[in-house]
Amino acid sequence: MASEAVYTHRDPMLKKRDDFEDILEERRNSSDLRYALRCYIPVLYKELTPCKASELKSMVLQSDQLRYVINQVCKETGMAADEVQAEAAAILEEMAHRLQLSTIRFFAFTLSKVFKTLFRSICVNEEGIQRLQQAIHEHPVVLLPSHRSYMDFLLMSYILYTYDLALPVIAAGMDFMAMKFVGEMLRMSGAFFIRRSFGGDKLYWAVFSEYVKTMLKNGFAPVEFFLEGTRSRTCKSLTPKLGLLNIVMDPFLKGEVFDVSLVPVSISYERILEEALYARELLGVPKPKESTSGLFKARKVLSEDYGSIHVYFGQPVSVRSLAQNRVDRCQFNLIPRHIPRKPGEDIHSFVNDSAYRLVRAQEENMVLKPWVLLASLLLQNHHQMQVAEQKQGMALDELTEQAVWLRDLSRQYGAFLHWPDHVSPSEAVSSSLSLHRGLVRISEGRVQLALEQAGGQTRPGEPCSAVTPEEELLNQAVIILSCASYRNQALHIFLRPALLASAIHTASSSNKQEVYNSFSFLRNMFSNEFILCPGATVQDFEEACYLLVKTGVLQINQQEFVVTERGHRTLGFLTRMLDPFLQGYQVVCRFLCEDATEGLTEKQFVPAVRKFIIRHILTGRLRYTEVLSSDLQKNSLAALLRLGAVQKLKGGEEQGTLKVNKVMVNSLEDTLGGKLPTQKAVVARL
Amino acid sequence: MKWNGWGYSDSRFFFNKKGQAEFTGRRYRLSGLIIPGLKDWFESTFGASLQHKTPATVSPILNSSAVQPPTLNEAFVEELKSTGIPLSHDAEDRVFRAHGHCLHEIFALREGKFGRVPDMVVWPNCHNDVVKIVELACKHNVCLIPYGGGTSVSSALECPPEETRSIVSLDTSQMLNESGYCTGHEPDSMEFSSLGGWVATRASGMKKNVYGNIEDLVVHVKMVTPQGVIEKSCQGPRMSTGPDVHHFIMGSEGTLGVVTEVTMKIRPMPEYQKYGSVVFPNFEQGVACLREVARQRCAPASIRLMDNEQFKFGHALKPQVSSIFTSFLDGLKKFYITKFKGFDPNRLCVATLLFEGDREKVLQHEKQVYDIAAKFGGLAAGEDNGQRGYMLTFVIAYLRDLGMDYYVIGESFETSVPWDRVLDICRNVKARIIRECKDKGVQFSPLSTCRVTQTYDAGACVYFYFAFNYRGLSDPVHVYEQVEHAAREEILANGGSLSHHHGVGKLRKEWMRDTVSKVGMGMLKSVKDYVDPNNIFGNRNLL
Repeated sequence: MASEAVYTHRDPMLKKRDDFEDILEERRNSSDLRYALRCYIPVLYKELTPCKASELKSMVLQSDQLRYVINQVCKETGMAADEVQAEAAAILEEMAHRLQLSTIRFFAFTLSKVFKTLFRSICVNEEGIQRLQQAIHEHPVVLLPSHRSYMDFLLMSYILYTYDLALPVIAAGMDFMAMKFVGEMLRMSGAFFIRRSFGGDKLYWAVFSEYVKTMLKNGFAPVEFFLEGTRSRTCKSLTPKLGLLNIVMDPFLKGEVFDVSLVPVSISYERILEEALYARELLGVPKPKESTSGLFKARKVLSEDYGSIHVYFGQPVSVRSLAQNRVDRCQFNLIPRHIPRKPGEDIHSFVNDSAYRLVRAQEENMVLKPWVLLASLLLQNHHQMQVAEQKQGMALDELTEQAVWLRDLSRQYGAFLHWPDHVSPSEAVSSSLSLHRGLVRISEGRVQLALEQAGGQTRPGEPCSAVTPEEELLNQAVIILSCASYRNQALHIFLRPALLASAIHTASSSNKQEVYNSFSFLRNMFSNEFILCPGATVQDFEEACYLLVKTGVLQINQQEFVVTERGHRTLGFLTRMLDPFLQGYQVVCRFLCEDATEGLTEKQFVPAVRKFIIRHILTGRLRYTEVLSSDLQKNSLAALLRLGAVQKLKGGEEQGTLKVNKVMVNSLEDTLGGKLPTQKAVVARL
Repeated sequence: MKWNGWGYSDSRFFFNKKGQAEFTGRRYRLSGLIIPGLKDWFESTFGASLQHKTPATVSPILNSSAVQPPTLNEAFVEELKSTGIPLSHDAEDRVFRAHGHCLHEIFALREGKFGRVPDMVVWPNCHNDVVKIVELACKHNVCLIPYGGGTSVSSALECPPEETRSIVSLDTSQMLNESGYCTGHEPDSMEFSSLGGWVATRASGMKKNVYGNIEDLVVHVKMVTPQGVIEKSCQGPRMSTGPDVHHFIMGSEGTLGVVTEVTMKIRPMPEYQKYGSVVFPNFEQGVACLREVARQRCAPASIRLMDNEQFKFGHALKPQVSSIFTSFLDGLKKFYITKFKGFDPNRLCVATLLFEGDREKVLQHEKQVYDIAAKFGGLAAGEDNGQRGYMLTFVIAYLRDLGMDYYVIGESFETSVPWDRVLDICRNVKARIIRECKDKGVQFSPLSTCRVTQTYDAGACVYFYFAFNYRGLSDPVHVYEQVEHAAREEILANGGSLSHHHGVGKLRKEWMRDTVSKVGMGMLKSVKDYVDPNNIFGNRNLL
């Protein structure tokens, strides 16, 4: 069935993945100029009728779809038709790309230079490239890369150029366009720009969706966009946004194309360029507006070593097979297809499920580096030491031993781990540590997070006493959040077993049903935080059980879970993995019950909860600095809103005001902390 | 007539000793001619080879011992005999009336497999004979299956295997009187199908643009049902007397009774007939042109648009050219179209045209249509191409029998669809057929082609041909049926109808409810329950 096409729930251990090839190697050995000027003849879509970018625009402006909406707008606003038509043309002008090969060649040259200084290698799975080539020939293609860095889409185009594949057109946020010169350059390399929000603007939506569909249907170029909507600052996959996916699936659902291939692409960076930037942003230092000069200031990043990049082109997913036995396409038979309609409930849930599967597919093909495991271990160690008030850090050989243990565990759980097998584990560990020397410190054979250093670095020359405890905390938090962002890359591997481990920990008994209830509660609670496919609770639970049983952590005797002797180590690791999130959600609940003022709005929520959390950390009531992440705070609020424990008022003066159901929030907090049995919470309150 | 293939016994295709295709007999324009291009087309399209033969496993003479002995209702037979209506329980007569021309039906016959066949055949001569037969059938609880020309492609003539009563095939084909008028109704099966069958299946003819479909041609119908005779009291050209009862009869597919008398409009024989053809650079342009022709309501008696594959197919059927001059002209034409006009031979497609009427008007009409075509990049491509296109429709069924001798099976099916979906449905259904064949393990790429055969104000009728080489498959008919089923689902998902004129029969019953809604089904059922409470007309079509 279609579900297998994307990923299988059972036995992630058996996953087969392709080999990589480094595309920078050739760049280091031959002329970049010749490479940039070489003959480029991509394989195109077999039913393509070649057309220029300008013809594309007139096709869009003359489409039935757009004409219908223009008419509608005229009727509603009383504007003249040609006025609205002109407005539509202006929107399209602002949006449209002007893809041209010369710009691509320019980028091919400059990026070759840049990439060679920044990265050791850019590894691509060539079999994926071949599959993609086939897919481009057969059907319209949508490229869905993960989004961790500004670099992502230039990198994608660079790779496709290298392999002689059709260059994509890319949906980019309008903020890029504000960068004077660069915006135009990006436009000429295939980016088209969309406003971040255009809620009620019918005309904008019509122009935008018609533009994307026209390019897709004609097979003009592969359409590329980011399912996650924005760069993930935490390196966790973000819950998918459905707007564009809806648009690209629509031509298939309405029979305008035979099929559409969706190709998930996983881009993993060994070290992320924006590492510290993201952490600051999450801590509330506002994001600098994209500007050209800002980009040049970022030049100093050029002098550092960012390790390697792995790009994995996943198995193309056919929308047709996803929709088989799922969507009744006859529903579009009775209304002319050019009349825009809100997707029905079934279409919405179909697109939503598909989106989650695709993000899961991205996650599963993310290459993990040893450092990801080291960061997980060092963070856990940091928090344990904090509690015990012991000597900071871990002995290097102990870290190595744990890393090897974790390496084996994660492989058993299906991780796509690139552990250098030709060197000894200790060498692998030290080379990882040295690449990330900004985050860790090694002294006297002990490894620890570079927390003191962090304070010193930001305020050079000033006496330490001038730094307030709050500032010091925030400086440390930058390091911790940076580390957490690497740990987060491994989260999807351990998430399901970790949810089970925590469920076993919090459930009132080890009865399977009891644990399941607890698991289901946690999973529901965290479904804004992690990628958990809607409606797959039972599969996830079974997968987690399967993994823990198979790796000898658990035994199931007559519906009772029994933790084995050697299982405690794994279980401990898993619960600690999830603990920061559990604590974080509890703190947010506590804030809403104890500290939230009447009339708190959504906008005020993050600053207020941040203050509350800082107070808690400084007074020692909370040990997880990473709870300061605004991402976690927003996600927990979203979860509470979804569960109805908090309501957002709409309209009038109270627009955006949060109304807290304290009883419910309180009980959720207690359930998270294991103080209340889950059953009651799930059944009675949710 | 053949009992296990299409049409007249004397007409068939075969490959002669030189490996060239020939068509025997003298009934058709193609008869007695050699078709040099067919072998190459056949071998390259299907990956078939003349070395790999699959002749029918049974001899052309039917072996009556292989047919189940008839279950007779003695009392019914006795009483019927006393009326003097001719009847027979001869095996050959029974087998002949046990099938239509679906692939699975013919395939089984070629293998000498017979399922349930009628137990008896009766040949009423007039309305009163039919009334007597139906009365007796009701009295003795016998199942009646009306039979016309036997050209059904919807499993409509198959005897329901669960039927335990004696089944009597009521053959009406001899009730037709040849009188030399022109009704203008020309379905592709015209030589063999019957008037009663046309009415009972809501048939459509090639020249419906001039004469109309069966529902436009019929003035009055008389039908014998178990409840009695249904007919109207007059022959007014239009009546506002509630829902038209004729519409219970047309398309009832033999489930309600037997059509015994039909009054049809007749027209004078056309003074002048002219074929024509237009080449388009691609199918999209061709469809746009047909749509424009429909919009201007200037469609000729027939206008059909063949896709590229079908154009090549038609081309392969070109008989041997007699003079060097014609072949030179052909070469020149080809050069002009592909080199001078830049048409891609793998994308171009052809519309065939047939004009009818008085000479002046035909020429005027012709000009109008060619002018429209020119706007869509169409080039007039001569009468000959047009005529050959129409010939194809009459011989295609004979060709299927040839294919079946060489591991190739295939069939056609049709739909009707709104104009804005014509291109989408053609593309998607053809692609679906190819994908399904691949998924089902067909080793060779199939022939998957279509043509737009009728134009209406609101849409068009589209015909699909589908055939494949089944070497290497253990159950080719099952694979074929799965693919056809998938193709029909694709048609429905793309806004096409369940059938334009083939009817529902038993083959497409499963989709009826979605097609006419639950209430619609209830309406049809209640008519059946009233008219035929004991299910005397028990062929189980439609509902």
